Amino acid sequence: MKFTIQINTGPYTHQASDTAYQFTRAALEAGHEIYRIFFYHDGVNNGTSYSVPPQDDRNLQQLWSDLAEQHSLDMIVCVAAAQRRGIMDEGESAKHGKGSPNIAPGFQISGLGQLIEGGVQSDRLLVFGD
Amino acid sequence: MSDTKTFVYINRKAPYGSIYALESLEVVLIGAAFEQDVKLVFMDDGVFQLTNNQDPESIGMKNFSKTYAALGDYDVNQIYIDQQSLEQRGLSLDDLQALVYEDEDDDWAEKSSIHLVNREELSEIIESADVLLNF
Repeated sequence: MKFTIQINTGPYTHQASDTAYQFTRAALEAGHEIYRIFFYHDGVNNGTSYSVPPQDDRNLQQLWSDLAEQHSLDMIVCVAAAQRRGIMDEGESAKHGKGSPNIAPGFQISGLGQLIEGGVQSDRLLVFGD
Repeated sequence: MSDTKTFVYINRKAPYGSIYALESLEVVLIGAAFEQDVKLVFMDDGVFQLTNNQDPESIGMKNFSKTYAALGDYDVNQIYIDQQSLEQRGLSLDDLQALVYEDEDDDWAEKSSIHLVNREELSEIIESADVLLNF
């Protein structure tokens, strides 16, 4: 089955991002296709490279980045939501006169159309977090 | 992209106090370009999103409620209000802004996009969804 995953909550405060990650991994291991992962609302905070959790804790951003690399996942961070919350790639930070970009490897900034298209193209759109 | 799916957006939260109402509206407006079958539901505190005379400037928020009036121009004209939620909050349709569209199959007659629904009808709307988004 072909899935698009939407993640609406940031890491650590709630379990939603962990659950989405575990679901995505399990789906891939079971041979399903992950068409796209779309980060919206505070979910965009999963994509900051400036997250440094304690060493004995999981690093969700790193887990997502590694999974994206292993499986060539299309991981999209909503541009409007990201601008509000300070998640920027090189182009965005230059455009807005900010410092170093902070988007983590494997995450890409794009528009809400990617979410809708994911819903159209996938068998299921699964939403994690509220 | 030839596939057409039914997208149902359920708006459950008050317009201010959290960002969900605004960021839901942003999805709906962008999604309109994809020419899908779109239904909007307003229930729970979400019915407050459509109330008239919103004036949030004093709490430092932008009044985005006028944007809903543009939905008809985006061919988003299936808007369902949960009657029970409205009544529980002491509201009636008169307290909500009128949302209309021009029906191209009926000589562009102006029609209301708003439909008051009970819980049974609401469950049918949810059942009709290929893609269900809760905000």
